[in-house]
Amino acid sequence: MSASAEERNARTPWALTAPALTLFVGVLLIPLAMTVMLSFHDWGQYKGIEPVFILKNWLEIVTDPYYAEMFWRTFRIAILTTLLTALLGAPEAYILNRMGGRWKSVFLLVILGPLLISVVARTLGWALLFGGNNGLVNKLLMSAGLIRAPIPFMFTETGMVVALAHVMMPFMVLSVWAALQRLDPQIENAAMSLGAGPVTIIRRIIMPQIMPGVLSGAIIVFSLSASAFATPAIIGGRRLKVAATLAYDEFLNTLNWPLGAAVATLLLAALVLIVVGSNALIERRYAEVFR
Amino acid sequence: MAYLELEGVAKQFGAQTVVDDFSLAVGKGEFISFLGPSGCGKTTTLQMIAGFLDPSRGAIRLEGKDLTAIHPAKRGLGIVFQSYALFPHMTASENVAFGLEMRNVPRGERTERVRAALAMVGLAGYEERHPRRMSGGQQQRVALARALVIKPSVLLLDEPLSNLDAKLREEMQIELRQIQRTIGTTTILVTHDQNEAMSLSDRIVVMSQGRIEQIGTPQETYEKPASAFVSQFLGKTNDFAATIDRTSAPARLIAGSWSAPAPAGLSGPVTISIRPERIDFGDAGLSAKIVTRIFQGNHWLFQCESECGPATVIRQNDGRSQPVEGEAVHLTWRPEDMGVRGVA
Repeated sequence: MSASAEERNARTPWALTAPALTLFVGVLLIPLAMTVMLSFHDWGQYKGIEPVFILKNWLEIVTDPYYAEMFWRTFRIAILTTLLTALLGAPEAYILNRMGGRWKSVFLLVILGPLLISVVARTLGWALLFGGNNGLVNKLLMSAGLIRAPIPFMFTETGMVVALAHVMMPFMVLSVWAALQRLDPQIENAAMSLGAGPVTIIRRIIMPQIMPGVLSGAIIVFSLSASAFATPAIIGGRRLKVAATLAYDEFLNTLNWPLGAAVATLLLAALVLIVVGSNALIERRYAEVFR
Repeated sequence: MAYLELEGVAKQFGAQTVVDDFSLAVGKGEFISFLGPSGCGKTTTLQMIAGFLDPSRGAIRLEGKDLTAIHPAKRGLGIVFQSYALFPHMTASENVAFGLEMRNVPRGERTERVRAALAMVGLAGYEERHPRRMSGGQQQRVALARALVIKPSVLLLDEPLSNLDAKLREEMQIELRQIQRTIGTTTILVTHDQNEAMSLSDRIVVMSQGRIEQIGTPQETYEKPASAFVSQFLGKTNDFAATIDRTSAPARLIAGSWSAPAPAGLSGPVTISIRPERIDFGDAGLSAKIVTRIFQGNHWLFQCESECGPATVIRQNDGRSQPVEGEAVHLTWRPEDMGVRGVA
C-alpha cells in the first residue's frame, strides 16, 4: 500500500465521524464551555452581565449555607429515590423474569409503558391524587373519616422521593432485568439440588449475580434524580428547591445567569465525580461477575 | 430389590405426552444411560427424578421410598447440568463447598472434603479460580466435583459432555467411568451420543418419542436391536428388502442375488438389517457397484449401489487391497449377523 493510501485510510474514520462530531461539539461541548465561562462572569441588578473573570459566584455558593442546604437536599432526595427504586425494582424484575410468556409481556408493558408518557403528566398525576384538600385520595380518605388533615405530599421531600421513584422505576427494572437475562437458567435448580431453600437461593445465588445490574441501575437513577427538573419543580415548586430548580430560577427569574451557571456547573461536576467514582468501585468489586 | 425404581412414569404438558409408561429398575452402583434423539423425553425423565418436574402418572422410588413426595432440595441427588450451572461469583472451592454448607458440615471437614473432591477430578491447585477463568473441561470437572462431594444417592448427568470438543470428550468419558467405578455411585446419564452411551454404561435405555424402545447392555442393544429405530440410532445399519420363499424346500431367504436358508416363522416380504462392518466383499452374493470409497485411517468406508438399494460397507484397514470406485463387487455376510423383521 502506498503512503498516500495509508494516509487516506487514516483520515477515513475522522471523515466519517465528522458530522456526528460536529453536532456533539456544537450542541454539547461549546455550550458547556460557555456555561463554565459564564459562571466566572459578574452580574449586577442594573448593569447586567459583565464579561470579566471573577470568583464571586463560586465564593457565594461555597460560603452561603443556603446553597449547601440546597445541594444536600438534592443528593439526599437522589439517594433516597435510588434506594427506593432498588428495593422495589429488583424484586419486581425478578418476579417479572419468572412469569410465564403472556403475563410477562403484559407486565413488561405495564412497567415500560409510563416511559411513553411525559414526566410532567406522570408527576401531575401524583399532584392530582395527593395535592392538598382537593387531592382525590386525600378527599376520599377524609370523607371516609380515616384522616383528619390531608396527607402532606406536595412541597415535601417525601413527596418528591415518591414521585421521582415512580418516574425512575423503569430504568432500575430494565437494568436488573438485563442482569437476570445473563443468569444460567438452571442455576436455581443447581442450588436447589445441593440442598438450598428458596431464601438461600435468592440471598446466596441470585443476589450476588444481579448486584452489578442493581448498581448500574442505581447509577442511572441517581444521576437522573439529582439532575431532575420537572418532578421537583411540580412537587416542590418554589418552596422546596433543589439544584436544578435553583439554577432555573437564577436564570429565568432572578436573571442572574452567572450564578445559575455556577450552580449548574457544580451540579454537573459533582455528578460526574460520583458516577465515575462509583462505577470504578463497582467494576473492581464485581470483576468476576462482569467477565 | 431395585435401588431406584421408575414405574409407569408419564409426563404430560397440556395435551402433549412427553414421556409415557416409563418403567425401569436401576441396581445400586449401576451406570445407566438414557439415549435418544432430542425431544425423546430423556431430559424430562431425568428432571422428574431430580424433582424439577412432577410426573403426571406413575411412581419413582428410591430404596423403596416414594421420591416424588420429597422436595428436590431434600432428595440428596447429585446433578451435573449441560451448561454446568456453576455459581460464577464463587471460586471453584466455594462452588464445591456449597452443598456441604447447606448440610451444615463443620468447616474443618468441609475444607478437607472439598480439597479431596477437587483432587479426584484432577483440579488440585485450582481451588481459588473463578469458573469464568476456567476452560470448558475444567468447569465440567468442578460441576462433577460439586455433585459428588455431597455423596449423592444417585448421580444425574444431563448431557454433561456435549459442550466439550471431541478429544476432550473422549478423555472425560474415560475419567468419568473410572471415577464412577471407584466411588460406586449409581449414575444416570442423559445423552444423544450413542458412542458415549455405549462406552460408559452398564445398560442403555433407548428412547424415542417419549417411549422406551429397548433396555439392554451396550452389546445387546447394538447386536440385537429390538426395533428398526434402535438399529438405526445405534450405529449405522443397512436395511434391505428381502423375501422368504417357502414354496421351495428347503425354504430360502432371498435378497437380490444373495440367499440363505430361511429362518423359522416369517414368510413373504421381510426387511433384513446388517451392520456395515459385518459385510464382506466376496465372489458371490448381492451384486453392487462402489460409488465412493473413503479412507478413514483404521478403516475404509464404502458407499455402494446394490440391487436392493444403497449399502454402506466398512472394512478394516488390514493392508489388503480394497475395491476401487466404480468397481462391480458382490456383498456377502453370515446369516447370523443379520436381523430379520417382518414388513409391517
